[in-house]
Parts: sequence; C-alpha cells; structure tokens
Amino acid sequence: MELRADQALIAEWIRPGSRILDLGCGDGRLLAALQREHGASGYGVEIDPENIVKCIANGINVVQANLDDGLNDFDDNSFDYVVMTQTIQAVRFPQRLLHEMLRIGREGIVTFPNMGHWKCRFQLAFGKMPITRHLPNTWHSTPNIHICTISDFEDMCTSEKIEILQRTAVDSEHRAGVAMRVLPNLLGEIAMYRFRRRA
Amino acid sequence: MPDSIPAGSAGVVSPTTTHFDEPLRLDCGVTLNEYDLIFETYGTLNVECNNAVLICHALSGDHHAAGYHSSEDSKPGWWDSCIGPGKPIDTNEFYVVSSNNLGGCAGSTGPLSINPASGKAFGPEFPIVTVRDWVESQARLSDALGINRWAAVMGGSLGGMQALQWAIDYPDRVAHAIVIAAASKLSTQNIAFNEIARQAIRYDTSFHHGHYREHNVVPERGLMLARMLGHITYLSDDVLHAKFGRELRDGKFNFGYDVEFQIESYLRHQGQAFVQRFDANSYLLMTKSLDYFDPAAQFDNDLNKTVAGCKAQFLVISFTSDWRFSPAKSRELVRALLDADKDVSYIDVDSEHGHDSFLMEIQPYHDVLRSYFSRIQRERIA
Repeated sequence: MELRADQALIAEWIRPGSRILDLGCGDGRLLAALQREHGASGYGVEIDPENIVKCIANGINVVQANLDDGLNDFDDNSFDYVVMTQTIQAVRFPQRLLHEMLRIGREGIVTFPNMGHWKCRFQLAFGKMPITRHLPNTWHSTPNIHICTISDFEDMCTSEKIEILQRTAVDSEHRAGVAMRVLPNLLGEIAMYRFRRRA
Repeated sequence: MPDSIPAGSAGVVSPTTTHFDEPLRLDCGVTLNEYDLIFETYGTLNVECNNAVLICHALSGDHHAAGYHSSEDSKPGWWDSCIGPGKPIDTNEFYVVSSNNLGGCAGSTGPLSINPASGKAFGPEFPIVTVRDWVESQARLSDALGINRWAAVMGGSLGGMQALQWAIDYPDRVAHAIVIAAASKLSTQNIAFNEIARQAIRYDTSFHHGHYREHNVVPERGLMLARMLGHITYLSDDVLHAKFGRELRDGKFNFGYDVEFQIESYLRHQGQAFVQRFDANSYLLMTKSLDYFDPAAQFDNDLNKTVAGCKAQFLVISFTSDWRFSPAKSRELVRALLDADKDVSYIDVDSEHGHDSFLMEIQPYHDVLRSYFSRIQRERIA
C-alpha cells in the first residue's frame, strides 16, 4: 500500500523502534508501514467505522474515538511520537489538541494543507474561497474548519511555547525543493512539522 | 429448519458430552468431584491445532451457537449469523467450539443434574459458579480437545467477561480475546436489575426454596417476570417504539388489566417462551456470576494491573445504544489495556438495538469481526 508523500517523509523523520500514536489514522497505512519497515509499535485513533475495518485489515491497533472529545484515554509521556496528518484543520480545538499531543508524546508531528500557498492566495484575490487538490470542498461543505498558513501555524507555536524541531513544505508533486525552502509559505502546498514543548 | 440448509450454515450439528472426573474446586469453596460439559464444534481442527476459536455464551445462551439440530428446528443456533462457512467466523478456516457453562440447564452439569452424593437433582444445592470457574472448566475441555492455545476466545455480555477472564488466567493459551458488549465488572444499576429478577423468581409461590421440581411445578410467573424485565433492558427505547409503538391489540382500550398494548403481548410471549427452555435455578446462578465478576478485585482493584500479565491481542466492541453494558464500561477496559501497552482495537458500533446488538447482523459490526478474523488467519499462516 502506497504512502501519501507527507506520510513517506514522516517515515524518514521517525527513529526506528518508536512508539507512535497516529491521530486520525485513516486506513492505518502509515502505522502499518512504520510497523513493518521501522519496527514501530503503537495505536491509531480513528472515528470512521469503515476506516477502522481497514485498519484492522492492515494489522494495526486502532481505537475509535472523536479527537474533539480529547485524549483522556492516553497517559502522559506514553509515546515517542504523536502524529496527526492532514487532520488538524478539521478538529474543533487545534490548540488544545497540540498540547494534548505533547502531554502524551515526547514529540509531535503534524501535516496540514497550507492556506498561504500561492494558488489559494490567487483564488482569494479574485474574491473566492480557495478550492485546491488539498482543500477540495466548497466553503459550506468542508470539514476543514481551522485552515491556516505556515506563518499562522508558526505564530501559534511561538505563543504556545512549542518548539519547532523540523519543518518541511512540499509542493503538489510532494517535492521539497530549494524554492520551497526559500519561500515555504508561498510555494508549499503541504506543511509538515516536528515539534516538542519548549524546555 | 427451512426445507434446505441455507448457504453459509454450519449445517446439521449435534452436541457432544464429555465427562470430567478430576475434581474442580470452585471459587465458592465447594468442590465438584465430577461433571459433564456439553459442547458443539463447527469446522475442522487443523493438524497444528492452532485454528480453534472458543465461543463463550451469555446469561441465557447455551452450546448451540450455530447450525441446526434437526430438520424440525425452526431456528438455528443463537450466533448463527456470525458462525458458518463464509461468515465472519468462517468455519472453512476455523474450528469453533461452543460449550454450555457449568450451572446451566442445556446439558452441562447444573441444577437439573443428579447429584451423585444424594441421588437426587441438585436443584438449589448446586453451588454458585463464577466466571473463573467456567474458564477453569473450559481449560480442561481445551485439554481434552488437544487445544493448547486458542486462536481466539470470544463472547458477548457474560461471554465477553469469560473471554477477558481467559486472557487474564491463561495468558499463554489465548492469542486473541474478543470482548463484546461486556464490562470488567457490572454497574450498580446492572446488579440492581439482576436482584429484581432474582426476587421475582424467589418470591414466586411455586419456587419452594428452589425445590420446585420435587413439587412438580416451576416458578413460571417469577421466571417470566425476570425474563420480561431482562428483555426490555436488553433493547433500547427506540427499538421498542419502532416495533410496537402504542399499538393496541384490539384497537381500543378495554379498561381492564389484560393485555392491551402490543408490547404487553410481546413481553408475555417472550416470558412464556423462556420458561419453556430455561431453569429458574440456573437463571439465579447465572445472574450471581454476573454480579460477582470483578477480576480486578484480585489485583488491588487496579484494572491496569489486572491486565498487565495478558499476552492476548484484544478486540473490544460496544454498541452505542447499549445501556445495560454501556460503551463507557468497554472504554474502561480499553483504557486499562492502553495503559498496560497491550495490543487492543476498539470500536463503538452505531446501533439502535441496545445490548442485544451483539447477537444481530449489523453491517459495520460484522465487517469488523470479518476483518479481524482474516487478520487472525493471516497471522496464523505467517
């Protein structure tokens, strides 16, 4: 099963043999790949029953929960990484959830569609809410209620005392080229962060 | 049975009874010197003996979980929707064993059996057996069948409690524990319901302190009441409403106390049918085993510690509308398993059928079971 590009990059970020909690794990392919190829272990958290059936088929532990209800079922410091790919934009309390991630795990990893990408800015300049490959829904049908830009996210990390350890922005081909490093907020379609609590 | 056996049925099955003469010391302190266990099997045990699945039954269940006993049967076994060739627990792949619990009334030694010490039926003298005792007796059955390690031990409600107890008591003998619509202990409300059921039976004038058979009667009204009460708690208000609403049997009020609403007629029918097939002493005993179940009591009331020694992978399933064994109770268990770093998957299946959901063919529920058993099968081969 092929990984999404941001997931493939996460696999490079994670130390082998880690314990991982994957929030909004979808069909579980990331955790399955990390288990298979990187000796990782852990759990997926998912809300959709069809995805849970797929997670089970993919051989991962999956627990049904609604991320908006918090993560009380998980103990402090019980994971090496708490991962959340392309999900933060759809939860009700992103800030609270980021703190929960860092309560439970030593490090957090999030990926999200960057609203600062030039295509989004271009559409907004013409007075329309952006519709892109990574934000495919109309404003009234979208599950994405907390979209932000790379710049917004980093501002929040600063104010919330979250230390960014690694950042990558990738384009639609999921390449992380030189241009992306120079102008991530303009040219990056997907933003990826690894972070921890500021000491 | 229908004119022909439906596709996917375990077919015509017949139970086997095995006699055990190694004494079994029960939690209550009494020793059963000998006993019988009746059980059914579906599918074939492979040469490696690693494809066996143990089904544990609930309060009013028995060993007849799938298939038909004869062409006269109108209904198949109680979990036929789940067990059979091509079904979620696929008997083409797995060897399924389903036994009647000690203290039951379907063929394993229980209150209806003859007490060798007195030559008379045990009746109310049959000792109260616990979930642990059942697991112990089932472990001996496993030995007799040559099954060292179960691919899965599973059950719903009281059956789920047995699956959990198996994983605790025999960590090396359970690869997967599937705990459905169960709890690591009953809620206070749940014990209260059981007590009302017991009082209904014990205060029936035909009960005779449990010696009703010697008087050639059964505490029919009491057992009926117990079942009627149980039955409504196993369903949800929504389901009862959808099924019966306020429909009247005669279409009008008769201003009397006979059956008027359809729900009254339905409950009486359920109660009467139950009296025909279940023994009151067994019912009392089973409700006590439910109330007593609390494996954490042996571990400083710490559920995390209780499951710390488990080696099984767990699948825990609850149902949204189950208010007798609420999803919160299942989540308590899941939380303990997570805290103890155990392999566990959990789903709270959206269903309006209340506690009885675990017996029903609900698509996402069966999809999860099917997916899980394919995974067990793949692990087994790998």
